[in-house]
Amino acid sequence: MTDLQQRIKDVIENEPVALFMKGTPQFVMCGNSDRALRALREAGAPVTAVDVLPDPQIRQELSAVSGWPTIPQVFIKGELVGGADIVEELAETGELEEKLRSALGDGYRAEEPGRVVSVLTPA
Amino acid sequence: MGAVSVDRLDTLLRSAFPDAGEVHVEDRTGGGDHFQVVVASPRFDGLPLIDQHRLVNEALAEPLRDGTIHELRIKTRGTT
Repeated sequence: MTDLQQRIKDVIENEPVALFMKGTPQFVMCGNSDRALRALREAGAPVTAVDVLPDPQIRQELSAVSGWPTIPQVFIKGELVGGADIVEELAETGELEEKLRSALGDGYRAEEPGRVVSVLTPA
Repeated sequence: MGAVSVDRLDTLLRSAFPDAGEVHVEDRTGGGDHFQVVVASPRFDGLPLIDQHRLVNEALAEPLRDGTIHELRIKTRGTT
């Protein structure tokens, strides 16, 4: 396994809610990433965002790890939930909040509001 | 160019889901790379959403890999 793959895995496994997206929550670069982020925020999820754009390698290695071909990708407690369409649909039916509650506990909304992490090695 | 890609995706989906009650591919922007696909198939019955989408992604693996599909929206339905 490459170092990059290992760092991607670390984020997936250690962050309560990981969102691999194009851009950052402050500057979203893709409609689907925006839809996933909005759905997660409306459900009150503490989102840890990873921008896949700085290096095409990130996207490749992420898909190798997750088996999911497209961006965005949402993980809750290490489990792949899906892309924008799935997260939106789960949010509409209330299943997303249920999933968050059962994975993170009743107080999940009180956790930190969200942050951005990088999977690239600092230069 | 858009129509060619729509046809290609339509063909791939219909061969992957021969029993589909509905297959619809839409070129969302007219540019031939942003697509919305709708598939209704009994194969989705009882499957979690993520596995339903996984089947669609698998059917479209080639155009996803070769860059034909820049953005994909998926809507799946079972028959129940």
